[in-house]
Amino acid sequence: MRSFAYVRPPDVAAAVRAVAAEPDAKFLGGGTNLVDLMREGIERPGTVVDVTGLPLQQIEELPGGGVRIGALVRNSSLAAHRLIRTRYPMLAQAILSGASAQLRNMATVGGNLLQRTRCLYFYDGAAACNKREPGAGCAARDGFHRGGAILGASGACVATHPSDMCVALAALDAVVEAESVRGVRRIPLAGFHRLPGDTPHIETELAADELITAVELPASPVAAHSRYRKVRDRASYAFALVSVAAALEVRHGAVTGVRLALGGVAAKPWRASKAEQALLGAPATEESFRHAAEIELAPAEGLPGNAFKIELARRTIVATLRQVLTQGGAA
Amino acid sequence: MTGPRDATNQNQLMTQMESPPRPQSAAGPVVGKPIDRVDGQAKTSGQARFAAEYPYPGLAYAALVHSTVARGRVTGFDVAEAAAVPGVLTILTHENAPSMKPPPRATLTNGGMIVTGTTVNYLNTDEVHWNGQPVAVVVAETLEAAREAAGLVRVAYRESQATVDFATEEEHAVPLKGNPLQRGTARKGDAEAAFRVAPVSVDLRFTTPPLNHNAIEPHATTAVWDGDRLTVHEGTQGIAWLRAHLAARFGVPEASVRVISPFVGGAFGGKGPVWAGTLLTVLAARATGRPVRMMLTREGVYRTVGGRSPSIQRVALGAAADGRLTALIHTGVTGTGRVGGLPEAVTSPSGHLYAAPNILLRHSLVELDLLPNTFMRAPGEAPGTFALEAAMDELADKLGMDPITLRMRNEPETNPIDGKRFSHRLLREAYAYGAQRFGWADRTPEPGSMRDGRWLVGMGVATAHHGTMRFTANVTVRLSADGSVLVRCGLQEMGMGAATAQAQIAADALGVPFEAVRVEYGDSTLPTGPGAGASAQTVSVAASLLAACDKLRRKVRALGEGGSLAEILARAGRDHVEAAVGSQTRLGTLAGQAKFIAKFLRDHRRWVKAGCGAQFCEVRVDPDTGEIRVSRWLGVFDVGKVINAKTAASQLRGGIVMGIGMALSEETLVDPRTGRIMNPSLAEYHVPVHADIPPIDIHYLDEPDPTMPLGLLGLGEIGVTGVAAAIANAVHHATGKRVHDLPITLDKLL
Repeated sequence: MRSFAYVRPPDVAAAVRAVAAEPDAKFLGGGTNLVDLMREGIERPGTVVDVTGLPLQQIEELPGGGVRIGALVRNSSLAAHRLIRTRYPMLAQAILSGASAQLRNMATVGGNLLQRTRCLYFYDGAAACNKREPGAGCAARDGFHRGGAILGASGACVATHPSDMCVALAALDAVVEAESVRGVRRIPLAGFHRLPGDTPHIETELAADELITAVELPASPVAAHSRYRKVRDRASYAFALVSVAAALEVRHGAVTGVRLALGGVAAKPWRASKAEQALLGAPATEESFRHAAEIELAPAEGLPGNAFKIELARRTIVATLRQVLTQGGAA
Repeated sequence: MTGPRDATNQNQLMTQMESPPRPQSAAGPVVGKPIDRVDGQAKTSGQARFAAEYPYPGLAYAALVHSTVARGRVTGFDVAEAAAVPGVLTILTHENAPSMKPPPRATLTNGGMIVTGTTVNYLNTDEVHWNGQPVAVVVAETLEAAREAAGLVRVAYRESQATVDFATEEEHAVPLKGNPLQRGTARKGDAEAAFRVAPVSVDLRFTTPPLNHNAIEPHATTAVWDGDRLTVHEGTQGIAWLRAHLAARFGVPEASVRVISPFVGGAFGGKGPVWAGTLLTVLAARATGRPVRMMLTREGVYRTVGGRSPSIQRVALGAAADGRLTALIHTGVTGTGRVGGLPEAVTSPSGHLYAAPNILLRHSLVELDLLPNTFMRAPGEAPGTFALEAAMDELADKLGMDPITLRMRNEPETNPIDGKRFSHRLLREAYAYGAQRFGWADRTPEPGSMRDGRWLVGMGVATAHHGTMRFTANVTVRLSADGSVLVRCGLQEMGMGAATAQAQIAADALGVPFEAVRVEYGDSTLPTGPGAGASAQTVSVAASLLAACDKLRRKVRALGEGGSLAEILARAGRDHVEAAVGSQTRLGTLAGQAKFIAKFLRDHRRWVKAGCGAQFCEVRVDPDTGEIRVSRWLGVFDVGKVINAKTAASQLRGGIVMGIGMALSEETLVDPRTGRIMNPSLAEYHVPVHADIPPIDIHYLDEPDPTMPLGLLGLGEIGVTGVAAAIANAVHHATGKRVHDLPITLDKLL
C-alpha cells in the first residue's frame, strides 16, 4: 500500500472542506472495502479523510413513522435496532446476510452504499476493465461472469453491485442525504446508483466531494411484512448470485401493497417496479407471482456463465413472495 | 545487540514442554486414548512461533512481482518508480540476481529433488512459463514498502503462443508411461469386449476442476545467511527434503543448511515441494546480506504454489443382472505443467475396489503452460473416487439395487487388478456398522421421495480408499534416571498431532507416564525424520521409535534387573541411556535408504495395503433455488490401529470438510484466454465456511493391520476420498438429477 495523507476532521463541515480541497481525497468509513482496494492498488487516494469520528451515528424515529439513519451507523447496530427489526425486517435480514460479523461490526451505512463491484476482472490489475481504466475494454464479458449482470448491463460493463443492504433500501424507497461545500441535497436510493452505459467508472450520482450524512426510510406499513432472501454459492460469506427483498400486503386474497427489489443482477440494486405494478390488485397466488417475475425479467439477458440467473431470479422472486404470504415477515 | 547468528542460536528446539501438558493419563497404556495435543496450549495462547514470526535484527522484507503473460520472454524492466519507494533496498531480476543452480533430476538417492515444485530457475532466466511466475523480487525495509514497490515494477514481455485451456486440449493427451508405483495403463481380461456385451451398463464422463491450496498459514520464509551457512524458518512438510534442495540450489553442503519448522499452519501437500517464494527469499538474503522474510499474499500462494490438476474421466461399468461386475473401464486425463507437475492418478482406486473380471485403467496427460500441479490431500484418489463411486451409484440405480448391496456383491477377496493379497480390509464391516448407525434402512430408494418441509432430502454413500506408504525415519530416544524420556526426530507438526502421537507410543513402549515424555521435532539438527506426506509420517516414525525403544530396553536391562527401567538406571548410577535408529552419515543414509527401498518393494510385490471406509451423507436441496446443504455425515473408517482417538477423528473430519468443499464449491478459475487464475482469494475461491458443515460423526474400526508397525495404515488423507461421490449420490437421491461435473453448484440443479 502506498503512502497517503490521513486527516480526521472534527465535524461535517471540515470533512467536506477537506475533500473539496483535495481532488484525490477519499472518505474513510469502516474501511472494509476501501482499505482492501487500496491494498490491491485499485484505489490510490492521496488523502484519506477519516469520518468515523463525526456525529452521524444515530438512528432516530421520524414524525410520521419513518426512520433516519446516520451514515456512520455500523451495519451490525442497524440490523439489531428494534425499529428496523419491527418496521423493516427485510433490511435487518439483508444486512445480516452480508459479509461476516467482524465486517458488519466495522462497515458503515454510508460506506455500504458505495461498495464497488466484486467482478474478478475489476480486482485484477492485469485484466482489461472499463470500470477501473475507462476505455480498456471488458474482459468479463467473454470471461468469468457468474456474478455478472442480467439486467441493465452494457457492452462496456457487466458488473453487479455487491450490497445486500442496498437491495432492501431500494425496496423501501430510501432517500440518501449528502452534503458538500455547496450544501445538502437528497437523492432517492432508486436513482442513486447508475447503470454502466458507456461510463461504467461513474457508479453513483454522488459527486466526488459529497459526503453521505444519512439515509431516511419513509414510513411503510407494508414493510413490516417483509423478507430478504439471498441465494449464493455457499451458506455464508459469499456475494449474492440473486437476492430478493420482498414485502407483501394482502386483503381478501388480493395484493394491496407490495415492494420488490433484486440484488446480484445489475450494477444497481434493482427495484422491480414492473413486477410490483403487475401484482397490485392481483390475486395473491403462485401464478400471479410467477407472472410478475416474468414481466420484470422479460428484458433480462444472460451470458454463457450467468444466464441461469434469469431462471434463478424468477424462482427466487416467487419463493420469497410465497414465503412472505405464508409465513409473514421475519425479523 | 545480537547478530543474526546469535538470534539463530536463541531459537530453542521446539518441544512439547513449551506448553507443559496437563496430566491426562491415568495408569496404563495411552495409545488409543483421546489425549489433548501437546502443542495445543502453545497455539491457543499465541506462544507457538510460525516461520514468519522469528525476529531478527536488520530483517528486510521481500515481495514478488508476478508475470502477467503465460509464456514468453522478459524483454525489459522499468523499475524507476518502484526503486523510488522509500525503504526499497534492491529490486532483483534476472539481470542482476545472484546465480542459483537449476534443480537436478530426482533419483532414488537425492530425496531433496523429489520436492522440486517447478524446474524454473527463478531470476536466472528471462523465460516465462506461466501467468503468475515470479519475474522479480523487491527487498525493502518494511513489508508495506516491498509490496507497494512490487506493484510498481513494470515488465515488458515478448509473448509466445501458450497452451492454457485444459478442456480443449483433451484430444492431445498423451498416455502416461508409468512406473512400479504408478501404472499408466493396467489391464485384466478384455474390458472393452466384456463391456459391449454386458446386460446392464453405464458409460459416463466426469470432470473435476483445478483446485488450489488454502492452508490457514500462507507460505512464509525467513532466511539468514552467515557466510556460507544458511538458516531457514519455513513451514514445510519435509525439513530434510528442503535442506537437501536448498543445499543443491545454492551450492553449499547440506550440513551448512539448517531448517527450523516447529509449526506448520496447515499444508495438505502444498508445503511438500519447494516453491518460488522459498528459493527467492534465500536468494534475496544472499543478494542483500540481510536476513530476509517473505510472506506470500493469498494471491501469491495461488500464483506460485501448485494445486490439484483438473481431470476428465470416463467410467464405464458392465454388470450382470444380479449386479456382479463384468467390466470396469476407468480412463482419465489430467494436466501437468511444462515445467513440472505430476500425474494425478485418478484411475488408481479402480484397481482396488471391485472384483471385476475385466478391468482397463488408462491415464493420459496434457502438458500446459500453467503453474505445475502438485500433491493435494489424496492425490488421484480424491477425484478418482468421485468418478468411480458416482458411477457405481448410477449402476445400482439402473439395476434397481441398493448401492451398498451392489458394492458388497462386488467386494473382492484379493486385489482386483493383479490378484495380490490385501494385508487387511474391513470394508464390509465399515458398511454394515455405518448403515446401522446412520439409519440407512430409513432411506426410501425413489429419488425425490424424502422431504423435510419444503426441503428435498437425499441420502448417499460412497467408498473411501487410500493406499498406505512408509518412509525411513531416524530417531533417538533417551531415558533418564529421573524417569523422563526424550524422543528426538526431525518430524513435521502441521496440526495433525504428530508429536503427541509419538509421545504416546514412547510412553507405552517404555512403561512411563505420557507426561514423562518430551518430543523434540521440527529442526534439521535433529535425527532426520521422514517427510510428512502420503499419510506416512506417524507410521514411519513409529516404526523407528519402537525399534529404538526396544534397543533402549535391552541396553538398560544389561545394567541390572528388577523394578522400572529408570530404577535400574538409578541403581547403576547412570544419568541416562540413549538408543538411536538410523544413520546420520551420508553413506549410512544411502545404505539405509537402499535397504528400506528393497524391503518396501518386496513388501509391495506381496501385499496391497490400504485404508478404506464408508462415507454416509444426507443432503437437503431447496426445490426452488437448487441450494444444497449437507445436513448429516458419518464416516466409518478402517485405518488400522489409531494412536490418538481425538486427533485422529479431527484429521478424518478435516478431510471430509475438504471433500465437501471439493464437492460443492471449490474451483480455481483459470482464464482460458490468458492462463491467469482469476479468483485468487478466499472471497472468490469458495472453501466451505462453518455454516456449510454439519456435525460430522467419525467412527473407526481400530483393528490393527498385521503387516504394519503398531498396525497403522495412515489416516491423513483418506477422509477426503469418496466425499464428493457420496454428496453427488445424495443429491441425485434428493432431486433425481445426476451431476457429473464438480463442483455441484446450484445452477446445475435448476
